[in-house]
Amino acid sequence: MTVLEASLTMVDAGLLAQLLLGVLAILAAVVAPARVRNGCAGGALVAAGIAAAVTGTAALLGVVGVGLQLPVALPLAAPLEPLLLAPDRLGGLFMALAGVVVALAALFGVGYAHGPAASRTGWTGFAVFAVGMQLVPAATDAITFLLAWELMAGGSTVLLLADHASREPVRRAAVWYAVMTHLSFLLLLAGFGVLAAAAGGTSWATMATAGIEGSAATVAFVLLVAGFATKAGLVPVHVWLPRAHPEAPSHMSAAMSAAMVKMGVYGFGLVTLRLLPHGPRWWSIVLIALGAVSALYGILQASVQADVKKLLAYSTTENIGLITTALGVGLLLRDSGQDAVADVALVAALLLAVSHAAFKSVLFLGAGAVLHATGERDLDLLGGLTPRMPWTSVTFGIGALGAAALPVTSGFVAEWVLLQGLIHVDARADRLLAIVIPITMGIVALTVGLGLLTFVKAYGIGFLARPRTQAAADAHEAGPAMRSAMVLGAVLVVGLGLVPGPLAQTLAAAVSAAGVATTGGTGLVLGAVGVVLDPLALTVLTLATLVPLVAVNVALARRHPRRDVDLAWGCGGERTSPRMEYNATSYSEPLVRVFRSSLQASQLVDVVRHDESPLLIEQMTFTQETGDVIEDRLYLPATRWAVRFGDLARTIQNGSIHRYVGFSFAALVLVLVLVAL
Amino acid sequence: MTIGSVVVIVIQLVFAVAITPVLLGVMRTTRARLEGRVGGGIGQPWRDLRKLLSKEPTKAPGSTPVLSLAPILLMASSLVLCALIPLVSTLALASVPGDLFVVVSVLLLGTVALALLGLESGSAFGGMGSSRHMVIAALVEPTVLLSIYALSVPAGTSALAAIVQARRDDPASLLNPVGLLAIVALVVVVIAETGRLPVDNPSTHLELTMIHEAMILESGGRDLGWLELGSWLRLTALLGLVANLALPWGIGQDAAPLTLLAGIAAITVKLLVLGALLAAAEVFIAKLRLFRVPELLAGSFVMAFLSVSASYLVF
Repeated sequence: MTVLEASLTMVDAGLLAQLLLGVLAILAAVVAPARVRNGCAGGALVAAGIAAAVTGTAALLGVVGVGLQLPVALPLAAPLEPLLLAPDRLGGLFMALAGVVVALAALFGVGYAHGPAASRTGWTGFAVFAVGMQLVPAATDAITFLLAWELMAGGSTVLLLADHASREPVRRAAVWYAVMTHLSFLLLLAGFGVLAAAAGGTSWATMATAGIEGSAATVAFVLLVAGFATKAGLVPVHVWLPRAHPEAPSHMSAAMSAAMVKMGVYGFGLVTLRLLPHGPRWWSIVLIALGAVSALYGILQASVQADVKKLLAYSTTENIGLITTALGVGLLLRDSGQDAVADVALVAALLLAVSHAAFKSVLFLGAGAVLHATGERDLDLLGGLTPRMPWTSVTFGIGALGAAALPVTSGFVAEWVLLQGLIHVDARADRLLAIVIPITMGIVALTVGLGLLTFVKAYGIGFLARPRTQAAADAHEAGPAMRSAMVLGAVLVVGLGLVPGPLAQTLAAAVSAAGVATTGGTGLVLGAVGVVLDPLALTVLTLATLVPLVAVNVALARRHPRRDVDLAWGCGGERTSPRMEYNATSYSEPLVRVFRSSLQASQLVDVVRHDESPLLIEQMTFTQETGDVIEDRLYLPATRWAVRFGDLARTIQNGSIHRYVGFSFAALVLVLVLVAL
Repeated sequence: MTIGSVVVIVIQLVFAVAITPVLLGVMRTTRARLEGRVGGGIGQPWRDLRKLLSKEPTKAPGSTPVLSLAPILLMASSLVLCALIPLVSTLALASVPGDLFVVVSVLLLGTVALALLGLESGSAFGGMGSSRHMVIAALVEPTVLLSIYALSVPAGTSALAAIVQARRDDPASLLNPVGLLAIVALVVVVIAETGRLPVDNPSTHLELTMIHEAMILESGGRDLGWLELGSWLRLTALLGLVANLALPWGIGQDAAPLTLLAGIAAITVKLLVLGALLAAAEVFIAKLRLFRVPELLAGSFVMAFLSVSASYLVF
């Protein structure tokens, strides 16, 4: 690494520190004996994550580094500009976000990693993935970006494969992930190639100043959006998420879902705000449509899942969809000249991204703690975990509140800003806005409502009620490292929800949005549209109303203490078996009926009759499977077609050496003929 | 935060807690008389509440803190709702200006507390009630937010006090189809959120058709008392909101004693009349099948949507 000039800033030092700590983590993973490997490699990665968080925050606050130049010589025909790492404000935000998530996930991993995930390969893969991901938003040119992008993809594939020997679904998930992530890479390579050719350089600065327009810009936009959408997990290229997230080790799922898919969001921001800021109107409509469909489809699928990690994976699609919608609305409004409201929508997009990173890490880490304690991730087999795992229960509950966008969490603040942005659009003069904005509002609202149901289900079925299996009854609390990671994440969710002002103001600077400010250091003022939100004041008001209530309650409780009974009511009978409890599948049954056509659920009732009389039923089994419509209608035909094409190709490749020699001869003749003409 | 707005909030809270049992009493008595029964009298809800609050609650083995926290959380949510919604005066706190989105999310906190309580005991009925309750809450959400949207377009803000004030200053806007559609949509929402007919039957004794009652089956004594009062307070707050949006006269604009008194008198009359009307209407309708409820909610969503697009395209 060579530093361009002598004057190092904090950002440059931070970048260098991240690289060194990454190398240290790999060394620790390889050299340290198995007993201390988790602590050493995990510790180094926590430090690397903190370095990224600090560096990113500095860049977000406007510290400009001279940059780290990568000493790589690539044999490229295009005019190659220096491979430079120097994050701008937006990049700084995403680097900080990735850093915080990596630090939390690595800390959790110290206590959680076991088996293949704690092997040399496992930790090395995690380190490569983490550092690659932290450096993606620092890249200042396409080549560096794609290099970091591939480090991220490669490292994550390795770690995803950790358990492949013991569980078959892991292999299938890894194949899906590898194919989709490389599809994304190819699309990005092509997209950046078009941009570089049109601009005559590979750096973002050259591309942005070239003012690319017309068909080159359109082709690049379509390719890049498709590429980033694949990484971000938007419908219809979301299929890898519900496979890869459940099968990866849980700290890895948290890092992938909370941070890695955000790199796709960073990509959207990079393309639409920096490289091609003056695109036509339909670009923003494309983003809104992609986002809205993903949000609704994601949450609908999430609400009927019984596997908690699959539920969280689909909810990631929903959240990324909301972020993309907000970004699209912001761009549409900028194009319509409503800059003040556009700024609100753009800030909402960033707030949604930050808040999703916070609550989704907590939720995936919590799911990991449950998996670690019970060996189960199927909600139908859990239950009654609150008395057994109080820390996990409280932190998961806070994460679920954040995901359901209830006060006072970061999720609520972010969604409030988005809704305020939507209702303050002046659509009187513009027919397109008058149609697009109310539809978007309706979809966002339905998404919020279904999100509420999804997370009440995830928390209530998993952590409340009574244990449904022996595994759940035998659950134990997570260890100190796992617990502290979950608590730190939960503190972030509540902290950002209580005091959103400073963050929002900083984010506004990152997308150069005026009119978003803080009031009294804590609350949030959207000056441009004239509304205030002060969650701290709301909390104080709630506590003030609670004081007399709790006083009365305590006085009453002293006079009439709670009485222990065997069964509170129980419908007048003994509760003999936990199988009588409502579970996750039955909880979402009404929803499956309401959205029957879009969920395509297949239900199978298997009745075993008694030998003595067909009127007596010995056993009944109910199985419900909800399919992924998009997978059935889009991917199955596509793979079938690919297989058929492969079969056709096989007819000319029959393995006979004579035929291949014949082919070479024919090719030679053809070339000679062409040359002769 | 001025002294005036604090006074208004305290008065609204005290007023809401005092009027709620009366409102329920009036509604039940109206219904009983129309059905040819004598009924328990207007004071019966108050007596029920006193009885429940002075009885000890029960606790089964393996129960979680949610059992005792959920009733308090529901009460807190309902009380904050009564503080934020302009019932007596449109004077609002500067930092918590009764923003409709905030109001809805506070309402949802209470909804979630109830749903978790339903799941807590692990009984099949609790889970069933919780599941139905959340499905309805999820499907109500689009209508809620779109009708807020429709109401906030003419006022230029989503702060409730400002919307009510704008409607009072411009009485012509009350008969405007945009506002009317939004109010009708909002009424359906209020009915669904407070568990009234035809979405849920508050006086049912048949567990299989219960929604709200199924969730609180396992609670008793003091817990049940808070749950009842909390749900009734929601009804008061939301009916008061609809009343002040549809008929914004009489509500005060400042914290002067006389205007406050007038405001209290106005909202008392509005609440009791509206409550009696609602109860009278309930006599003539039956509960909808659960799987027909989405159709009702879809209808109200369409009204809210028409209201929003009409406010842009027609006016």
